[in-house]
Amino acid sequence: MKARVHITLKNGVLDPQGKAIEHALGGLGFSGINEVRQGKYIELDLRETDETSARAAVEAMCEKLLANTVIENYEIDLDA
Amino acid sequence: MKAAVIVSPGSNCDRDVQVALRQSAGADPIMHWHGDPDLPYVDLIVVPGGFSYGDYLRAGAMAAHSPVIREVVARANKGVPVLGICNGFQILTECGLLPGVLMRNAGLKFICRDVDLRVEAADTVFTRAYVNGQIIRIPVAHNEGNYFADEDTLNRLDGDNRVAFRYCTPDGEVIARANPNGASRNIAGILNEARNVLGMMPHPERLADAALGGTDGRPMFDSLVEALAAAA
Amino acid sequence: MSGITPEIVAEHGLTPDEYDRVLKIMGRAPNLTELGIFSVMWSEHCSYKSSKVWLKKLPTEAPWVICGPGENAGVIDIGGGKACIFKMESHNHPSFIEPYQGAATGVGGILRDVFTMGARPVANMNALRFGSPDHPKTRHLVDGVVAGIGGYGNCMGIPTVGGETNFDPSYNGNILVNAMTVGIADADKIFYSAAAGIGNPVVYVGSKTGRDGIHGATMASAEFDDDSEEKRPTVQVGDPFTEKLLLEACLELMATDAIVAIQDMGAAGLTSSSVEMSDKGGVGIEFDLDLVPVREEAMTPYEIMLSESQERMLMVLKPGREDMARAIFEKWELDFAVIGTVTDTNRLVLKAGGEVVCDIPVPPLVAEAPEYERPWERTPTSPVLSADDALNGIDMSATDALSAMMASPDLCSRRWVWEQYDHMVMGDTVQRPGGDAAVVRVHGTNRGLAITTDCTPRYCVADPVDGGRQAVAEAWRNLTAAGAKPLAITDNMNFGNPERPEIMGQFAGCIEGMAEACRALDFPVVSGNVSLYNETSGAGILPTPAIGGVGLIEDVTANMVSPRFADAEEDIVLIGDTAGHLGRSLLLRQFADRDDGAPPPVDLAAERRNGDFVRSLIRAGSVTACHDLSDGGLLVALAEMALAGGIGAKLAETPDGLPALAWWFGEDQARYVVTTNAAEALLAEAQAANVPARLVGRTGGTVLTLADGNSIPLTDLRNAHENWLPEYMAAS
Repeated sequence: MKARVHITLKNGVLDPQGKAIEHALGGLGFSGINEVRQGKYIELDLRETDETSARAAVEAMCEKLLANTVIENYEIDLDA
Repeated sequence: MKAAVIVSPGSNCDRDVQVALRQSAGADPIMHWHGDPDLPYVDLIVVPGGFSYGDYLRAGAMAAHSPVIREVVARANKGVPVLGICNGFQILTECGLLPGVLMRNAGLKFICRDVDLRVEAADTVFTRAYVNGQIIRIPVAHNEGNYFADEDTLNRLDGDNRVAFRYCTPDGEVIARANPNGASRNIAGILNEARNVLGMMPHPERLADAALGGTDGRPMFDSLVEALAAAA
Repeated sequence: MSGITPEIVAEHGLTPDEYDRVLKIMGRAPNLTELGIFSVMWSEHCSYKSSKVWLKKLPTEAPWVICGPGENAGVIDIGGGKACIFKMESHNHPSFIEPYQGAATGVGGILRDVFTMGARPVANMNALRFGSPDHPKTRHLVDGVVAGIGGYGNCMGIPTVGGETNFDPSYNGNILVNAMTVGIADADKIFYSAAAGIGNPVVYVGSKTGRDGIHGATMASAEFDDDSEEKRPTVQVGDPFTEKLLLEACLELMATDAIVAIQDMGAAGLTSSSVEMSDKGGVGIEFDLDLVPVREEAMTPYEIMLSESQERMLMVLKPGREDMARAIFEKWELDFAVIGTVTDTNRLVLKAGGEVVCDIPVPPLVAEAPEYERPWERTPTSPVLSADDALNGIDMSATDALSAMMASPDLCSRRWVWEQYDHMVMGDTVQRPGGDAAVVRVHGTNRGLAITTDCTPRYCVADPVDGGRQAVAEAWRNLTAAGAKPLAITDNMNFGNPERPEIMGQFAGCIEGMAEACRALDFPVVSGNVSLYNETSGAGILPTPAIGGVGLIEDVTANMVSPRFADAEEDIVLIGDTAGHLGRSLLLRQFADRDDGAPPPVDLAAERRNGDFVRSLIRAGSVTACHDLSDGGLLVALAEMALAGGIGAKLAETPDGLPALAWWFGEDQARYVVTTNAAEALLAEAQAANVPARLVGRTGGTVLTLADGNSIPLTDLRNAHENWLPEYMAAS
């Protein structure tokens, strides 16, 4: 089973990388961008086949290591 | 005084800390491999700078789960002084001994230069050889030194006088211009509630030798040796 | 059934003649894997086929040279039972395509070349050349290259202590990234690459092998054209964390006596390391490719042998030591695999899936690599410009000229660059970036290594022989100015297409000049690298023989000075002769947009005499600061010393018979500025030693004041000097 984890900064946390990207896009002529936030995407190839167990395992991974819950949120998608 | 320096895969400044401690203490610290949870009894634990685990995922994130770190946390909770420098500070926030997080420098570039710091908590075993308000010159070298915590935490740190060092101008002004990385409230180093754990981004071990351009870092190690010898 | 067609041969970069040679050596048509191996070993990058005949002319010996060119790096004796191991290497073509990874893997590669010989790296340096600041790609390339060098070196925990950064339109399509590493080893524990011991295990350690960089060596041996953007997949990605672990694991194993031979896998990966190790040892090697740790599925023998995956080493161990070695590498979480044995057949034999997939005789593979004496044309000389001719149309005060020049891309502060490099880690950097030479202490002692890189390409294009002399002489001067005894150099020869006689003539000329200077200054070449085909669509770079120099300071607390005014009320003395030479000068470029004239001549006897004299002054403690003169001449050097020390100066009258601007900005060679509290004695000593010396001013205040009444406050000078590069990089 494949787990796809999106890790994003919590609202209100300053994102200098997102700002730099926004600025660069503007410089390239792309208008109409209100804001850019940069995050991380992690793919996990799991041997677990049961969706509930897999989700629980990945949540634990996020809480323990993959995300720093002081400043980051995470979202988990599973491909059965 | 017996000290231990934790060495993780990718630590780089462990030898520099060993040299600084040897200079002040007259004896070498134990260089303790991260994978060995059996930490001998010591008076001081130092988590040095470097790029543990390459700073991959987040700086300090993986090293914070090393077998020995659980023991470091337990000792800290018992009152053993713990000093985290640069990557060490990052590891201490990731393992929960200190609040907040070190994020990417606001300028998005690695920065290596001398900075001026205002000492604000000169009552600890680490800082006793300084006085409050003293301006010292110490180098920084980091990509993720931008200290961040929510407003409540920052207010608590200020209220309890737990900010040990702040970036300032050579005249002591704590202003944006003097802040190399965008850290909240110019915070360069903080203490835990019990004031026995100090995390700081600048490298005091790099300016403890006149041949390297200055000795403002030396008092930190001298102070530790003195304080901990007396306690022994 | 081999199936090798002429198209396949051409795709592999071999000429029909070269392919005929392969057929003769093999006694049959090669298979694809064998062809691949020949093609990389005979590529320009690996075989030096266009340059070898010239490189032989360089002096490589001295009493303190332990190992000259031919090994992974050069080794010199620095006393106290220690040896210094160093080399500089180019990673030009990959850095143009992917600047961050190209530069990063360049650093990774040169680090391995040094630690494979048993040295812990103690300092990195780099020589970077970019196109015109106006060129649309330049900012992106500068950004990526500097970030890549910093990203790799900082993570390894090795200080990057200096280098040079130049801009010139000739590098618009071909930037240069030359990375240098200096390491220190015990003199009696140097590791070489000659395989030995029939039946000994051959071991692979480090990262797994993937498909990175296949044919990177042939890319480095070809010009770019409009399709070069598509070459992106051939650029390798570096992992400095793994290399840090590899460094520590190797040093740990090297502390035992288990290693017979060791070499890193760089260009042409497993192929070049196995071929070179067996050739040097006069032995054969047999591998089972099924045992090579791979990270991709279904890799063919061709791919495994040609892969340029980073962070890998090949070792021959003493029999029975495999388990002990394995334990060390497993502790550091690195792959360790015994993949073959040393044989007595002098053949490279590869097996995969139980079958022989390659069988090549090693000695002819190496010895019969093509060596070309390409036709070459001497560069026509340019006329010497008189001061009047040079200054025609340039009418301004020296202080105005200085202000503009200090803010120019060629002379402005490079702080934006070196503050991205950790230059203090390892706790031994006693002279930081920004000076003539960086100095790192030999750990645990007061001895110091002075390190520099230098070269003036605009002189080389005008007169390659003089330019070659000048590059070596200036490196020698940089080290002398810090108080060091210059010991040896490593060279990176960066040139255009050698199949063009003008370019080959530049190469030949530079080598001639370098060889002369090396001999006159007792400054031999112990290692180096050649990078050719730095051309895009027929337009080549300026000839750029980058020189990396290393010298020794016996006591950094007593025999070392830096190029900054140390105190007020000290006398400033200029050592060396000034004729006011302005041909090919920065003044001419800046204010007349001129690139002509003969470059300043290099008088090697004067260089030696003046430099030895300056070094003796430093050793005697007679001077408080020293700076050697180069780009921009005297006034620029004085301004740099004033800014570094934060102290101004009052300068004396310019001499009669020379226009003021020629005096202040002439780029005459063999000169230094020193400060002293005992000028009279110094001048007398100089006279006795037949060294020209002249009082040119006195330090003090916060302004640089000339005798013509013009002055410039240090704050203004500092703003001009510091702002250009950060503002340029911040703009988009």
